[in-house]
Amino acid sequence: MRRAVLIAVPYLWLLALFLVPFAIVFKVSLSDTALAIPPYTPTLKDGFGALISGLDFENFVFLTQDDLYWKAYVSSLQIAFFSTIVTLLVGYPMAYAMARAPEEWRPTLMMLVILPFWTSFLIRVYAWVGILSTEGFLNQFLLWTGIIDTPLTILNTNWAVYIGIVYTYLPFMILPIYAALERLDESLIEAAEDLGCSRMQAFWLVTIPLSRNGIVAGCFLVFIPALGEFVIPSLLGGSGTLMIGKVLFEEFFANRDWPVASAVAVILLLILIIPIILFQRNEQRQQEAEQ
Amino acid sequence: MTKTMLSTVAALAVIASSAMAEEVRVYNWSDYIDESLLTKFEEETGIDLIYDVFDSNEVLETKMLAGSSGYDVVVPSGTFLQRQISAGAFQKLDKSKLPNLENMWDVISERVGKYDPGNEYAINYMWGTTGIGVNVEKVKEVLGEDAPISSLALVFDPANMEKLSACGVHFLDAPAEIIPAALNYIGENPDAQDAETIQKAEPVLTAIAPYVQKFHSSEYINALANGDICVAVGWSGDILQARDRAAEADNGVIIEYNAPKEGALMWFDNMAIPVDAPNPDGAHKFLNFIMDAQNMAAASNYVYYANGNLASQEFLVEDVIGDTAIYPDAETLEKLYTTSPYDAKTQRVVTRLWTKVKSGT
Repeated sequence: MRRAVLIAVPYLWLLALFLVPFAIVFKVSLSDTALAIPPYTPTLKDGFGALISGLDFENFVFLTQDDLYWKAYVSSLQIAFFSTIVTLLVGYPMAYAMARAPEEWRPTLMMLVILPFWTSFLIRVYAWVGILSTEGFLNQFLLWTGIIDTPLTILNTNWAVYIGIVYTYLPFMILPIYAALERLDESLIEAAEDLGCSRMQAFWLVTIPLSRNGIVAGCFLVFIPALGEFVIPSLLGGSGTLMIGKVLFEEFFANRDWPVASAVAVILLLILIIPIILFQRNEQRQQEAEQ
Repeated sequence: MTKTMLSTVAALAVIASSAMAEEVRVYNWSDYIDESLLTKFEEETGIDLIYDVFDSNEVLETKMLAGSSGYDVVVPSGTFLQRQISAGAFQKLDKSKLPNLENMWDVISERVGKYDPGNEYAINYMWGTTGIGVNVEKVKEVLGEDAPISSLALVFDPANMEKLSACGVHFLDAPAEIIPAALNYIGENPDAQDAETIQKAEPVLTAIAPYVQKFHSSEYINALANGDICVAVGWSGDILQARDRAAEADNGVIIEYNAPKEGALMWFDNMAIPVDAPNPDGAHKFLNFIMDAQNMAAASNYVYYANGNLASQEFLVEDVIGDTAIYPDAETLEKLYTTSPYDAKTQRVVTRLWTKVKSGT
């Protein structure tokens, strides 16, 4: 009995915070637009029977008829994928250095990684506008050193979006990898070296495989939110930056077409469910291995 | 323990006091008022004023159509006002609570009547034109001394835009204003409502889009003032604000605004009260306060937009009332056009065209 109650609590949580909102979005995605408050029909006011009979999959069919949508999904997947790779390449050495640092330094280093969270995400992204703009700090510095003689256009391009995503999500990559590397038994590397491995080989054959779980966790923590990212592409990206978050915004705000916007969101969720399931499986396997 | 108790008590006290004081929540465009007016309103009426800002009609409309926005006064532009009135988003004004209505300028009220027949739901706050702001020196550097700075050709002729892209061009992210301008440039009716005519704007816009650094409706004020960009297609007062910010910063940037000689869109921003406003009485007080001749003049003197208030004109500084970029002369006024709201189907055509222009797909 007690066990059932204990299990019921998290499930209730999921039901209230995930399933119910999803059901509402899904219902809206099957409705039609209307010039009213709220701007779709049918609503519960029309009665339950009319509500059910008024729903159809028209909006999902519409998404397949215009190449804008799949192009935006593909482009988002691409941006999220490459940002994840870059975040990994930048984050791994940092996590490695942290894990190898003298023990008394580690809390300070950890603090430095977490410190940016004390400032609002929006302000940190806005700061990049000041850094990357044509008259910004970066260009002024490069002009001053003489490396370039005309300012680089970085802001309002996809480059700025990559920089923004990598910067913002870097801590989510570093922390799980650090956690994995910190637990790594130093004597395993010594053993590998005793058995004839070079330093490099020991790194590839021992350190990387043993930090695999951290890498996988970090990659998912970066990839999943980056895919639906809206703030970074709209502040740093240019007019050519095509991401599904922006398309969703346009459907919702410019077209006032809540049903199509909801359909876009439902598909985005379906795309995200695959990596989320993979992530959960990885976590589960890790736990089983630990037991 | 005592500490938590104390903070709980403090929190409750804050909640209680905010529930007691009367509040008016106003949702207006960004950079659109002299902020000292906000304190003045609070001092005169004793009402707490909560002032939030937005930078696109679309964002406002979504909040209005979602309902329960919590705002008492909002400021939609003409076509958006009309559509939101028909969606039932606003309440009729109680004109007995608005004695300052007598200050309003009939010329403007009549034009706003196109969107709000009989001026039953809204009062005009500011009006202006959509035109071209240029950093004169940089543009002449790129295009030569005879650069067509007061013509739509400056921004719709790909040959000019190709050269201008070197110093940066921003466009408003407002399809309902840029598409009519493009139609006007090719000699079509800017107020066209049929998909076929609207589509004619597409080749004009796709030809120049690669040279546009950004489509955005508020960033250009600072970008123009800092010298980050040299041309912006934007709203009259915003560009004049950029001109003044540059002059204040004394950074050598000289900005000029022109309503294109081929004609420009004339738009009206109007204050209305949402149907579910928590404090309609306070909202009427705010509207009446804004319609006071001196207050309205203070707002215009600050934001460099013309207003719909005749009585305020004697309090306007020469910089505003005497500037034809703000109060156009009769000849320009004749060439200004207005537009009507798109229906849902046409709206989709317009948005899709706009996405195609901006992203190439």
